Amino acid sequence: MTLAQKQTIQNRFKLKAKTWERIDDILTPIVTLFILLALWQLFSAFNQNLPGPIKVVQDTWKLILYPFYDRGGTDKGLFWQVWASLQRVLIGYSIAAVVGITVGVIIGLNKRAYKGLDPIFQILRTVPPLAWVPIALAALQQNQPAALFVIFITAVWPILINTAVGVKQIPQDYINVSQVLQLPRGEFFFKVLFPAALPYIFTGLRIAIGLAWLAIIAAEIVMSGIVGIGFFIWNAYQNGQVSEIILALVYIGLVGWGLDKLMAWLQNKILPAQR
Amino acid sequence: MQTLSTTHHDRSTSLRGSMDAPTVNEFLSIKNVKKSFPIADGGEYVVLDGVNLTVKQGEFVCLIGHSGCGKSTLLNMVSGFSKPTTGSVTLKGKPIMGPGPDRMVVFQGYALLPWLTAYENIYLAVNAVYQEKSKGEKDEIVINHLKMVGLMDAKDKTPPQISGGMRQRVAIARALSIRPEVLVLDEPFGALDAITKEELQEELLKIWNHTRNTVLMITHDIDEALFLADKIVMMTNGPSAEIGEVIEVPFKRPRDRARIMEMPEYYKVRNYVLDYLYNRFAHAVD
Repeated sequence: MTLAQKQTIQNRFKLKAKTWERIDDILTPIVTLFILLALWQLFSAFNQNLPGPIKVVQDTWKLILYPFYDRGGTDKGLFWQVWASLQRVLIGYSIAAVVGITVGVIIGLNKRAYKGLDPIFQILRTVPPLAWVPIALAALQQNQPAALFVIFITAVWPILINTAVGVKQIPQDYINVSQVLQLPRGEFFFKVLFPAALPYIFTGLRIAIGLAWLAIIAAEIVMSGIVGIGFFIWNAYQNGQVSEIILALVYIGLVGWGLDKLMAWLQNKILPAQR
Repeated sequence: MQTLSTTHHDRSTSLRGSMDAPTVNEFLSIKNVKKSFPIADGGEYVVLDGVNLTVKQGEFVCLIGHSGCGKSTLLNMVSGFSKPTTGSVTLKGKPIMGPGPDRMVVFQGYALLPWLTAYENIYLAVNAVYQEKSKGEKDEIVINHLKMVGLMDAKDKTPPQISGGMRQRVAIARALSIRPEVLVLDEPFGALDAITKEELQEELLKIWNHTRNTVLMITHDIDEALFLADKIVMMTNGPSAEIGEVIEVPFKRPRDRARIMEMPEYYKVRNYVLDYLYNRFAHAVD
């Protein structure tokens, strides 16, 4: 056997090993999922109140097959429910991003403002989304703006705090250069401050998108009569449709996972390889 | 044969000098500077005390001394990042109030912005200083300085994509592009390997021969100082460091490294500085 032949065989083995690894990466979670589903099925045999996976699919196959149906009011397919919730998240989250980054930059640049506000933000940050709901409803009177407010107030803290920390962490060297060159304000902001703080801002944005999605579900559950996956769950509970609740949970999980992946992708796309 | 000329900095003579009106010789003038920082127990830590130094326009001055002797502190007062506790630092008779592009710094860690390319890093400086110039003119300045340091091929690369030596070249090109009256270099070649270091020293000297800026440079390397400087300023140890001696480097310009190293004066001066640093002001702890 020649050396070249030997090498091609080795390469083939390497290739095979790689494809095997890929298959393994995909197969392992799927097999694990089936084991867990089987355990769940087994468990549901002893608990009549909790339907097993087979029963869930039997009960909800219409919802699974027709996510786009629309019979008016809140009687809509799961796609529309999720879509309505996502829109709220998008609006609330965008406002949170704009406010969070702006205020974060300001308090990151101002030592006294940071000293004064940081403890307050740290406390407000820990207030859970559900706790904001009553006050939002009381102050805003309507479901829609109240839901948006809850998203906003939940998502804004990580963005704000991370931005402020990012601005404070700008290496002294970059600040010194800006001072020596007497960079105009705009140049300093867009060429130095913003890019330097960007990794921190992105960390904040990524944490916030997860929180915003958590918040919308919590907010909608309490707000009756709106289209949205949160209220969908609550409605199903009122009507004793446990299978529908479980299906909705799967949807929520998948969407939340997708949002996080989207942010991670954006982060990789936008953040240049630094240092 | 030239003799070793040294100026002994005696406080009384310097004081008398400071009474005179600023002359052309006093382009950059540091007078009776003391710098101290408050410490926890309410006292003060005196870094520099009684520092006097005048630098002529177009002079290349190297500061040499042990670490912690306040060289950087002194440089920071020239670049304007800090102010003397007492005494004065003036450029062309005017006290230095803060950082400005007339005293451009080449920082120890290069201080290039990693998200901008070599070109953009220099353009940022040129654009900030020559706001009235057209885009084409600014572009030309940047390109000329990139050529000067031999980095045209790497002009679209960002600092993380190039070597340490190339980064320092960008930093030097950036500093020179805005034609500072004083170029301040804080151990610019400290982090580079020996070969790159020598290359960059040669380049810096070549460029300086054209521009003839006033240069103030910190170094730990005696050979570097001897090759580059007109004057070597040796500092005593801190705390309360001051300028011990100022040596005039006797070699004519343009200098050739191999040639000056063959001269007997080279070792005379070199040994003198070494003796000064390692015997007379040896570090107690080292």
